[in-house]
Amino acid sequence: MNSSRRYFLKVAGLSTFALAAGAARAEAAEASYEAYPEGLKAKRWAMVIDTRRIQTVEDMRPIVEACHKVHNVPNIPGSREIKWLWDDTFDHAFAHDPDPMLPENIENRRFFLLCNHCTNPSCVRVCPAGATYKTEGGLVAIDYHRCVGCRFCMAACPYGSRSFNFQDPRPFIKDLNPAYPTRMRGVVEKCTFCAERLEKGLMPACVEASNGAIMFGDLNDPNSIVRRVLAKNFSIRRKPELGTDPGVYYII
Amino acid sequence: MYNAKFVIPGIIVFAGLFTAPFWINMLSSGHEEVKVELPTEPVTFFGEERTQCIEPREWMAANHMELLLEWRDQALREGKRIYVASDGKKWETSLQNTCMACHSNKAEFCDKCHNANSVNPYCWDCHVVPQGNNHEFE
Repeated sequence: MNSSRRYFLKVAGLSTFALAAGAARAEAAEASYEAYPEGLKAKRWAMVIDTRRIQTVEDMRPIVEACHKVHNVPNIPGSREIKWLWDDTFDHAFAHDPDPMLPENIENRRFFLLCNHCTNPSCVRVCPAGATYKTEGGLVAIDYHRCVGCRFCMAACPYGSRSFNFQDPRPFIKDLNPAYPTRMRGVVEKCTFCAERLEKGLMPACVEASNGAIMFGDLNDPNSIVRRVLAKNFSIRRKPELGTDPGVYYII
Repeated sequence: MYNAKFVIPGIIVFAGLFTAPFWINMLSSGHEEVKVELPTEPVTFFGEERTQCIEPREWMAANHMELLLEWRDQALREGKRIYVASDGKKWETSLQNTCMACHSNKAEFCDKCHNANSVNPYCWDCHVVPQGNNHEFE
C-alpha cells in the first residue's frame, strides 16, 4: 500500500511539472530585444552651458520651445507650473555662493536651469516606488507608469527640478507631439536629458536648438566635447557642496 | 426529516433561482463575438512596408498587455527599444509609434474589445491617440 502511494505521488508530481513546463514554453513568444545600433553611448552624460552665449530670455526662448514641443510639456501659469527647462538669476541659481559685488553683466544675465542628472541623486534614494532610477549612462529617469505621486523626490531634489501634475496637463499643451506621450494627473516629471533621442542617435533637443551654446557629451571620455570645453574654460555647478555631483556645468 | 414536503421543494426552487443566470445564458442566443476593426493599410517600419502584426493574431489578442509591459521595462530600464519578433522582424517598442501607427482607430479597435470585456486600461491618459480618432481632444 505504502509503496504504491509513493509511486502514485511521484508520477503525479512529475507529470504536473512536465505539463507546467510545456505550458510555459508554449506561452512565451520567441522574441528578443535590441538597442538601436546608432544609439549614443556614454558612461556619464554631462552638459556644459556657455552662459556667455545665452544671456537673455530671448536667447533662451527657441531652445525652451524646442524642448517643450518635443516632450509635450504643458504651459501652466502660476504655482502649478511644469518645469523642464527654465531660467533664473545668478543669485537664485547659485545660491551657495551669494556675491554682493557681482559684475553688472552677470547680475543681469539669466541662467538656464534643468535637472542636473546627479551622480548621487537624492531623488532616486527617496523614491518609495522605484519609479525614478539611474540609467547606465548616468541619466536620472522616471518611469511614469510606476510613479505614485508621493512627491518625496520633489522634497529631496535640491534644485527644484521636479514638477508635480496637479491636474490633467493636456488642456495646456498647445500642439501635441504625436510621437511622444504626455503625463497624467498625479505624477512627477522633469527633464530627461532626452534619453529617447540619445538611444536613437540624436543629441538632446536643447543642444540641437542652441547653435553650439549648449554642449553635451561623455564626462568619462577625455576626447568628448564637454571634457575639451571644460579643460579650457572655468565652470561652476549648482550647489556642489551637497555632494550630489551634478552633471550640468556652467561657463560664466 | 420534519416538513420534508416543504423543505425539499424549497431547496430545489432555491437552487434553480440561484443558478438562473447560467440557465438564461445557455437558453438565450449566447454572447456576441466582438468584431474589432483590423487595419488594412500598409505602414512603413524600418524601411519596409508591412501589413502583418508583430506576432500572430491569436497570440496578440491573448498577450498584448504582457507584451506592452515588457516593452516598457526593456525600453525604459534596459535602453533596448527594438523588439525582434518571433519571425525575426524588427519593431520599435512603442505603443504610440508602432502599435497605433497601424491600429489608429482606437474606438473601433482597442475600445470595442476592452468595453466588451469590461476592462478599463489607462494607457491613453498619457499615450497620445492618433489624430482623428482622439475623442478626448475633440
